[in-house]
Amino acid sequence: MRTTGQGAPRGLRRSRWRGPATTLAAFALLVVAWELVKVLVPDDGVTIGGVRVLPRTSDAAMPHVWTVVGRLFDPEVAGAAEPRSIGAAVAAGALFTLRLSLGGLILGGVLGVLLAVVMQRSGLVERMVLPYVIASQTVPLIAIAPLVAGWGGKIAVFGQPWEPWASVMVIAAYLAFFPIAVGMLRGLNSPARADVELFRALACGWWTTLVRLRLPASVPYLIPALRLAAAAAVIGAIVAEISTGTRGGIGRLIIEYAQSATGDPSRMYTAILGAAVLGLVAAGAVGLLDLALVRYRSASR
Amino acid sequence: MTGTSRTDRAAAVELVGVDKTFPAAGGGAVQALTGVELRLGPGEFVSLIGPSGCGKSTLLRVVADLEQPTAGTVLVGGKSARQARLDQDYGIAFQQAGLLEWRTVAENVELPLHVHGVAKAERRARAADLLALVGLADFAAHRPSQLSGGMQQRVAIARSLATRPKLLLMDEPFGALDEMTRERMQAELLRIVDETAAAVLFVTHSIPEAVVLSDRVVVMSPRPGRITDVVDGRRPRGTAPGGELFDPGDVVDAVDGVRESAAFFEAVTEVRESLRKGSTVSGPLTVDTAAPRTRPTSASEEGS
Repeated sequence: MRTTGQGAPRGLRRSRWRGPATTLAAFALLVVAWELVKVLVPDDGVTIGGVRVLPRTSDAAMPHVWTVVGRLFDPEVAGAAEPRSIGAAVAAGALFTLRLSLGGLILGGVLGVLLAVVMQRSGLVERMVLPYVIASQTVPLIAIAPLVAGWGGKIAVFGQPWEPWASVMVIAAYLAFFPIAVGMLRGLNSPARADVELFRALACGWWTTLVRLRLPASVPYLIPALRLAAAAAVIGAIVAEISTGTRGGIGRLIIEYAQSATGDPSRMYTAILGAAVLGLVAAGAVGLLDLALVRYRSASR
Repeated sequence: MTGTSRTDRAAAVELVGVDKTFPAAGGGAVQALTGVELRLGPGEFVSLIGPSGCGKSTLLRVVADLEQPTAGTVLVGGKSARQARLDQDYGIAFQQAGLLEWRTVAENVELPLHVHGVAKAERRARAADLLALVGLADFAAHRPSQLSGGMQQRVAIARSLATRPKLLLMDEPFGALDEMTRERMQAELLRIVDETAAAVLFVTHSIPEAVVLSDRVVVMSPRPGRITDVVDGRRPRGTAPGGELFDPGDVVDAVDGVRESAAFFEAVTEVRESLRKGSTVSGPLTVDTAAPRTRPTSASEEGS
């Protein structure tokens, strides 16, 4: 069971730079593929019997990669008194949304872990709560967002009025808690029966068993759950910004830029690029946590 | 039982009229243990042997307070089994070493002290002593998965000794080891038990193992699980309670000497015959896995 000796140190060293390098290579491939499609497919796309099977590749539909990159350095509003580049606007929006996403991730993470602990503690609670945890994720986000914004407008937390960004964070948390609750529940239940009995034989109570056995054992389940949750929190935050009309984030930017897409297609792609980078950064934050908890990431279980 | 008059001190374990019934699927009940009477004197080494399903593990778990007996009384060091567990009066080791992979070897040994708030310096010192005792001093900072199966099991034994218990409960601790490692571990265990003067309740499938380790071998049989016989083991002289301490090498020699002695083979045969009788009594379904041997079985005597 635990005798499988993994050659961890050597494997780790080799794979440390491999992951990022592979990601960069994949990005380069994507750029090449994008440009290849532009070269090979005619501007009007390919139509067979009146059905277009390949998209239009004109500059209006698929701008060149370098056009999009170049657009980052153009001013956002032509002729403004204090010109701000599109890149700066996208970066500011992405940062705004990143903060809300991470806030939502932490909020959802705490909620998810607490739920999992309570469900692990009591089978009755698990049977009562788990179906609703799952059902919560089938309710469309765009239906919930205005609700949360509406409720939020009527309450004050610790005397502070409810800010629109708080709604966005709550909605991000709403999406993020789910994978964490489910993954954590599995993780908390992952110790072998013999391990649990050992702790019982050691006269450990519920709390000690949780802290010294169940929580450490759940780390290998928590990290992948957090990755899913981070992605969900970013999507949640972007969609929430859009459906609650919150200004300042990348979600709003995507909508604004999309409205000018016919005249300025590459501008929209800058916002999409920003959202993608945002997702990567959120996933990277989880990666850092993974590194910090490497001690608990046992390969032999 | 032979141990009754052994000593005036509180028995390490005392079981009187212990029954254990498990509810079975479909509404019935399985009699895992019935009318078990057993007494372990201080420092006594007693093995439980019997075919699968004879309740030997259940018996150990009842002593460990991991199962509640349906009837009867269980005293561990003169206390209730529950109180003994809460007071950490026993150490326990299972077939799987059950080491926590996120802890180093030393931290695994410290676990019983750690969870009860013993200061770090004291824990460290105790773990170092115990690792030296089981011959793993150089591996304190290793991860469990870097150790062989036998080494992991030695760590588990060191861990079971952390609270200086007067009783060790061992459920087939060497069952997953190869024969060579197993024999070495048996000698190691006798030496360790000698040095700590702990009583041991030891569950095993192996007749030679039971004989070479034990003061007494308790033979059990299934359906219903019960004690059918008690055979004197051949625990090497001088490693018995009160005997002078041996050099580690001496214990290995003593154990090897026992394994090659005629008395050892006699005891093995006696246990084997007891097992066979027990299985005959319990019905044709029980398969005796013991190897064929020369002496015929006399089926006339029933187990005590």
